[in-house]
Amino acid sequence: MAMSYNSKDEVDGGPPCAPGGAAKNRRPDNTAFKQQRLPAWQPILTAGTVLPTFFIIGLIFIPIGIGIFVTSNNIREIEIDYTGIDPSSPCNKCLSRNVTPCICTINFTLEQSFEGNVFMYYGLSNFYQNHRRYVKSRDDSQLNGDPTALLNPSKECEPYRRNEDKPIAPCGAIANSMFNDTLELFLVVNGSFSTAIPLKKKGIAWWTDKNVKFRNPPGEGPLQERFKDTTKPVNWVKPVYLLDSDQDNNGFINEDFIVWMRTAALPTFRKLYRIIERKSDLHPTLPAGDYFLNIKYNYPVHSFDGRKRMILSTISWMGGKNPFLGIAYITTGSISFLLGVVLLVINHKYRNSSNTADITI
Amino acid sequence: MWRWVRQQLGFDPPHQSDTRTIYIANRFPLNGLYTPQKFIDNRIISSKYTVWNFVPKNLFEQFRRVANFYFLIIFLVQLMIDTPTSPITSGLPLFFVITVTAIKQGYEDWLRHNSDNEVNGAPVYVVRSGGLVKTRSKNIRVGDIVRIAKDEIFPADLVLLSSDRPDGSCHITTASLDGETNLKTHVAVPETTVLRTVANLDTLVAVIECQQPEADLYRFMGRMIITQQMEEIVRPLGPESLLLRGARLKNTKEIFGVAVYTGMETKMALNYKSKSQKRSTVEKSMNTFLIIYLIILISEAIISTILKYTWQTEEKWDEPWYNQKTEHQRNSSKILRFISDFLAFLVLYNFIIPISLYVTVEMQKFLGSFFIGWDLDLYHEESGQKAQVNTSDLNEELGQVEYVFTDKTGTLTENEMQFRECSINGIKYQEINGRLVSEGPTPDSSDGNLSYLSSFSHLNNLPHLTSSSSFGTSPENETQLIKEHDLFFKAVSLCHTVQISNVQTDGIGDGPWQASLAPSQLEYYASSPDEKALVEAAARIGVVFIGSYEETMEVKILGKLEQYKLLHILEFDSDRRRMSVIVQAPSGEKFLFAKGAESSILPTCIGGEIEKTRIHVDEFALKGLRTLCMAYRQLTSKEYEVINRRLFEARTALQQREEKLANAFQFIEKDLILLGATAVEDRLQDKVRETIEALRMAGIKVWVLTGDKHETAVSVSLSCGHFHRTMNILELINQKSDNECAEQLRQLARRITEDHVIQHGLVVDGTSLSLALREHEKLFMDVCRNCSAVLCCRMAPLQKAKVIRLIKISPEKPITLAVGDGANDVSMIQEAHVGIGIMGKEGRQAARNSDYAIARFKFLSKLLFVHGHFYYIRIATLVQYFFYKNVCFITPQFLYQFYCLFSQQTLYDSVYLTLYNICFTSLPILIYSLLEQHINPHVLQNKPTLYRDISKNRQLSMTNFLYWTILGFSHAFIFFFGSYFLMGKDTSLLGNGQMFGNWTFGSLVFTVMLITVTVKMALETHFWTWINHFVTWGSIIFYFVFSLFYGGILWPFSDSQNMYFVFFQLLSSGSVWFAIILMVVMCLFLDIVKKVFDRHFHPTNTEKAQLTETNSSIKCLDSMCCFSEGETACASVGRMLERVIGRCSPTHVSRLWSASDPFYTNDRSILTLSTMDSSTC
Repeated sequence: MAMSYNSKDEVDGGPPCAPGGAAKNRRPDNTAFKQQRLPAWQPILTAGTVLPTFFIIGLIFIPIGIGIFVTSNNIREIEIDYTGIDPSSPCNKCLSRNVTPCICTINFTLEQSFEGNVFMYYGLSNFYQNHRRYVKSRDDSQLNGDPTALLNPSKECEPYRRNEDKPIAPCGAIANSMFNDTLELFLVVNGSFSTAIPLKKKGIAWWTDKNVKFRNPPGEGPLQERFKDTTKPVNWVKPVYLLDSDQDNNGFINEDFIVWMRTAALPTFRKLYRIIERKSDLHPTLPAGDYFLNIKYNYPVHSFDGRKRMILSTISWMGGKNPFLGIAYITTGSISFLLGVVLLVINHKYRNSSNTADITI
Repeated sequence: MWRWVRQQLGFDPPHQSDTRTIYIANRFPLNGLYTPQKFIDNRIISSKYTVWNFVPKNLFEQFRRVANFYFLIIFLVQLMIDTPTSPITSGLPLFFVITVTAIKQGYEDWLRHNSDNEVNGAPVYVVRSGGLVKTRSKNIRVGDIVRIAKDEIFPADLVLLSSDRPDGSCHITTASLDGETNLKTHVAVPETTVLRTVANLDTLVAVIECQQPEADLYRFMGRMIITQQMEEIVRPLGPESLLLRGARLKNTKEIFGVAVYTGMETKMALNYKSKSQKRSTVEKSMNTFLIIYLIILISEAIISTILKYTWQTEEKWDEPWYNQKTEHQRNSSKILRFISDFLAFLVLYNFIIPISLYVTVEMQKFLGSFFIGWDLDLYHEESGQKAQVNTSDLNEELGQVEYVFTDKTGTLTENEMQFRECSINGIKYQEINGRLVSEGPTPDSSDGNLSYLSSFSHLNNLPHLTSSSSFGTSPENETQLIKEHDLFFKAVSLCHTVQISNVQTDGIGDGPWQASLAPSQLEYYASSPDEKALVEAAARIGVVFIGSYEETMEVKILGKLEQYKLLHILEFDSDRRRMSVIVQAPSGEKFLFAKGAESSILPTCIGGEIEKTRIHVDEFALKGLRTLCMAYRQLTSKEYEVINRRLFEARTALQQREEKLANAFQFIEKDLILLGATAVEDRLQDKVRETIEALRMAGIKVWVLTGDKHETAVSVSLSCGHFHRTMNILELINQKSDNECAEQLRQLARRITEDHVIQHGLVVDGTSLSLALREHEKLFMDVCRNCSAVLCCRMAPLQKAKVIRLIKISPEKPITLAVGDGANDVSMIQEAHVGIGIMGKEGRQAARNSDYAIARFKFLSKLLFVHGHFYYIRIATLVQYFFYKNVCFITPQFLYQFYCLFSQQTLYDSVYLTLYNICFTSLPILIYSLLEQHINPHVLQNKPTLYRDISKNRQLSMTNFLYWTILGFSHAFIFFFGSYFLMGKDTSLLGNGQMFGNWTFGSLVFTVMLITVTVKMALETHFWTWINHFVTWGSIIFYFVFSLFYGGILWPFSDSQNMYFVFFQLLSSGSVWFAIILMVVMCLFLDIVKKVFDRHFHPTNTEKAQLTETNSSIKCLDSMCCFSEGETACASVGRMLERVIGRCSPTHVSRLWSASDPFYTNDRSILTLSTMDSSTC
C-alpha cells in the first residue's frame, strides 16, 4: 500500500474520546458470535475418546471383511489366455498376419459349474487405452448423432479424422482400434458332440450410454443412408452401419462399440463381451465339463507385447472376484482392534496422569 | 514533453528550487521578472485508481504478486502448448482470485473516492477579485486568501493573515493531526492583522517565501515581504503562523489565511504517506514452503519428462498401431517437444501450489481481525474505546512475541497526574486535601500545617506579594518563607502553556472577572498532563490561573486578581528539557520563570537551596514521583533589552534558526535562583503488575523504555512488578567514556556469570546506552540477554527505536512488540515487529501509527495470550492444511502417469481440477481459521505459560511442515493404490457385470480424497459450532450433489462428455461404497493414532490445558442444533454423521473452570516460579 492516508480522518477526526452518548454506540455488541462464545462441541482425541471408536471399527470391519471375502471367494472365474505366444498354443499360427481370417480353438475344462448369470469378458494387457493422445481422440458430438459433427469431426480425432477426403465415422483412435476378435463358446457333450452356448450381446454397455450418450445420426431412412458421405475407420473391415444385423444394436449404438469407447483406466483391462444368461434355477448356467473357445483371431497385440484373454466370471452384488476389499477390511479391522487393546492398556496405566492433568510450569 | 511525461508519472520531483514564492491573492508583479512556479491543486487524492486505470493498474498490482504471476504464466503456457488440461482449469481459479481481490480493492477505493469527494467538494470561501467567493475546497490554489469561520477545518495549509481579534491571534486544535486536544494559539504578522475585511485584504500586496513542503508538522520557515507605501517590510514566519490542514479553528469567529501548501503537499497529506509494510513470520514461512513446493513440482515434472522419454525410445510404446501420431506431431522438433512436454507436466502438477492460499489467508486476516475490535474484554468502559486494528496482516504475530518494549508514562501509568508533594526552598510539603502540609525537618514541624495556614491568611492582606518590601511587618524568616511560597506558586501558575477551555474563556472575556468563580469550575487543557496537574494544584492552594488574553496572563491569588504581561515564552523542547516564560509583573518588574527536569535546571542555578532540593528531588523520585524544578530570575530592564533583541534576532533568522534559538535560550536561562521542586504522581494503570507478571510467565522479556529519570523509573519499575525486590539490579548509568563503559559492561557480565541463581535486572540510561551501542553492541546484548528485566531510562525517541532494532537483528531474531502512547513512541512502534498504541491522553499519534491500538496496558494480556494465540494456531493450521490438501490432490495424478506411459493424461476431469480449491475444500478451512478455539480463552488467559507452546513459530517448524507433507503424500498413496487394487486387474465392480473406465477411476480417487481431506479438517477442529458443522458436512454433500448434477446431463457446447453418468455409476456400486469408507478410515487412522500417542506420551501444556476445560457439556448434536430449526431431522442427520466419522463419543474429563479462578495468582509462589523460569530461558 503506497498510501494509507485516508481523507476520512479529516472529516471525523475529532478529539479522541468523546464521552457520553457517543461512547455507548462504540461499545461492541455482546453477541455470542462477536464475543467468540458460540456454543460449541469440543471433542478431544484422547485414548478415552478414541478407544471405543477403535473397538467399534474393529468389530464392524472384521465381519464386513469376512463377508466380502467369502462373497468374493464364492465367485467362479476362469481366465484363458489366447494370445498364442506359446508355440504349443493353437492360436500361435495366427500371430503372423498372413492367415486371414485366422480361426483357432482352445479347449478348457470347468472344474466347477458356474451358476447364475455368467459374464464373458475379453481382457487386454499392455494396451494403453489411457494414453492421453488416445483418450481424447474421439468426438462425442459425432457419437451423439450430431449431423454437423458427423461430417466435420473434431480436430481431436487426428490423424483418424478424414480418409480420402471423407470424414471418418466414428472418428478417432479409439474407434479405429476397436476390438474385433469374435469369440464363441461351445460345450463338449460326451466326447465329440458339442453345443454352442448362447451369448447375449445386449446389456453389456451402460444403459445411459446406449440410450442417451450414443445416438445414430437422425433420419428416417436406413442407417446406410444416414451415414452417407462418411467413410469407415481405416482399420475396420466394414462400415459402422454394418456392425450388427439388429437395428437396435447397429451403428453408434452397437454395444460392443460403446463398451470399447469407454476407455479403461489401466493398461491391463477387461471389457464385457457377452452375457450367458441363466436358463433355469435347476441347471447351472455353465455346468462343469469340457468346453472349447472358438476364436476368429483378428486383433493384433503382439507388436506391443500385449496379451489377449477370455474371462468367464459369475458376479455377486459387489461385482467380480476381487479379494482385495475383503482382506483390506479384515486387516484394518484387526489393526484397529489391536490398537484399541493397546490404547486400553495405555489408558489404564496413565489414567491418573491424564485425569489430573495440570500444567507444569 | 518528455519532462512533462516524467513529471506526470512522478519520476521527477516537480519543483526544483529550494523555496517556493507565493504571491498573495495571486497578484503577480507587473514586470515580467518572475517565473511562475507551478503548484498542485488542493485536491486530496487518497484513492489509488480512477475509473479508467482501475483495470490495468489493479491487474498490474495483482500480478506483481509472485503467486498470481506464477498462475498467469501457467495459464499462458496452457494457451500456447498442447496441454493435458484446458486453459480454463487454471484460468478460472485465477480469474476468481483476481476478481475477488479486485472487487475488494475496488470497493475500498470507491469508499476512498467518496470521502475524497466529500473533502474536495466541501464549500470554502475564497477572496477573489475583491469579493468573497464560495467555491469548492479542491479549487483552492496556492496564494488564495481563504476565509475560515469558527469550528471549521482548514482546507489547506494556510499562513494566518488576520483574525477577528485585534492582535491577529486565533486558537486552533490539532486533534485530528497529532491528537493534542489543547488549544494552540497562532498569531499573524502585525502588518496584516489589521486587514480584517475583504476590502482591506484586497489592498494587500505581499509575497511569501517559504520552504518546499515537508512532512514535519512542527517545522515551518518562511518570510513575508509586504509592500506598503512603496517600501518592503520583511517579516519572519514560523510554525506559529501556519495553520495546518485538518486542524480546526476554535474560539475565534473567523480568520483569513493565504494558502501555501495545497492538496497532497499539505503537511497532513505528507504525513500519512508511506507506512512501512510489516510482514509476519507466518508469511515468511509460507513463502519458504511455497519455494519447497515449487521445487517438488519442478522435480516431479523433470522426473516425469525423463521417464517419458525413456519409455518413448521404444516405438511400441511411443506409437503403437492403435495410437498413431499426426504428421505434425511427428515432425515437430525434438527440443521443442521436450520443452513442451516439460511444460505440460508443469501444468499438470501445478495445482500442488495452492492458488487460493493467498486469497484465503487474506480473507482470514481481514475477517478475523474484526474479532479484536468486537471483543468486549478489550473495550474500555470509561473512555468508550474499543481495540482498533490498523493492520490485519499481523494478527498471528501477536502470538509470537518474545520481547515487549513498553513506554512508561501513559502506558504503564494512567498519565493522569496528581500533584503530591513539593519542596519549596528546601522544605518538603505534602498536599493533603488541598492544603500543603510541611514535612521533614522544619523547626516547627509539629504545627507546620498551622504555621503555613496562618502565613497564608497573612498573605491575604498583602497587596503585592512579589515586592519584598511589603513583608516588613512579619518576622523575618516567615516573610522569607511566604515570599518563596508565593513566588513558587506563581511560577507554577505562570510558567506553562495551559489553556482554559473555550466556553469559559468566552464568558470571562466578555464580562469582568467574577470573584465568585471557583477554581474547580475552570477547565484546563494542556498538552502535557504534568503542567495541568501543577496548575490545578496551584489553583487548589490558592493561586488560580484564570486565563490568558492577548498578552496578559490573569492570576487570582486568594481572590485577588493580578495581571501579568507575557513577554516571551521559551518553549519546551526535549533537548533542553525545560521551558521558561518571561513576564512583567503588575509592579513592572520582569521575571523569568523556568521549569524543567532537575538535571537541566539545577546546573543553571546560582541561588536557592540547591543541595536540599536535590536531596528532596531524589527522595521524590524514589517514591516514583515525577519531579520538576522551578527557578526564577529577576531581569533588569537592561538585561531584558539584551534578551529581547537576541530572541528577536534568533526568531527571525532564516538560516539556522533553531541553532540560534537554542543559543539564545542558553543565554537567557542562566543565573537562576532555585525556587523548589514539584512532585507529581502518575498512578499506575489497573493490573499492570499482573500483566507484566503474566508476560514474563509467557516467556516474554519485558523492557521498559522511558524518558524519565533513573530513580523515578526504577521505583515505578518496582511498583509495577517489572523489578522485584529479590532481583539483583545491575546498573549501567552515567558512563562518560567508551572505555569506562566497556569496563563496566564486562564487570556486569562477570557478575551475571558469578551468581546466576538470582535474577538480574538491568538499568541503563540514555547516554550510557548510546555509548554501549556505539562500540560494544555485542557485549551489551550479552548482558541484556541474561537479564530478566531491563529498564532503559532517559531515552530519546530515536534511541528507543534503535534499541528495538538492535534486538531485532540479534542472532536469534526475536519477534518484538512495542507499546506506547505518545508521539515519542511512534518511531519505536514503527520499528518493532508489532506496534501497539495505547489510546491515552497524549493524543492519537501513537494509536494511528500502530498496528493495533488498545485503551489500556492490561489488555495486552488478552491481545497476546488469547487473540494472538488463536490467530497463530488458526493461520498455522490454515497454511499447513492448504499445502497438505494440495499434495493429496495432485500426487495421485503424478502416480497415474506411471500407468499411462507419462502421457500427461489427467486423472480427474477438468471441472474437478478447477473447483477443488475454489468450491469443494475452501469453506471448512476458512471457517476453521476464523472460529477455531483449541482451548477455552479463559484458560489461555489464566495460564500464560501456554503461550510458550507456540513460541518460535513452532507450528510452522520444518518438522511440522514435513509431517503434514508426508501425511499428504501417504494419504495420496492410499487413495491411489487403494483404488488401484480395488480395480485390481480391472474386475467388474458392478452388480450387472459392466465395466468402469478411466474417468470412473479418477472420480473414485477424487471422492475418497475429498472426504478424507474434509474429515481431516474435522479432526483438526476442536471448536465445533454449528457453522463448522454446516460447512464441513455441507462441503461433502455439495460435492455429491454437484457431481450428480454435473454428470447428469449432456453438456451442450462441450467437446467431451467424459463425465456423463460416471459418478452415478460409481455410486451404484456397493464395493465402491465399502472402498470409500475403508480408505477414508485408513487414511485418518494413522493420524488419529499419532495424535493420541503424542497426547499420552509427550503432552504439550496446551493439550493438558484442554483437558481441564469446561465446555464438555455441549455435545456434538447440541452445537449443531442450537441454531438450526428442524430439531429432530437435524438430530438424525447428526447421528448418521456421527456414525460416519465414528468419533462422536466424547467421554470428557471435565473439570469445571470457574470464574472464581484467580486471575494470575498474585501469591509469591507463582512469582518465584516464574522468576526461576525466566532465568532459564
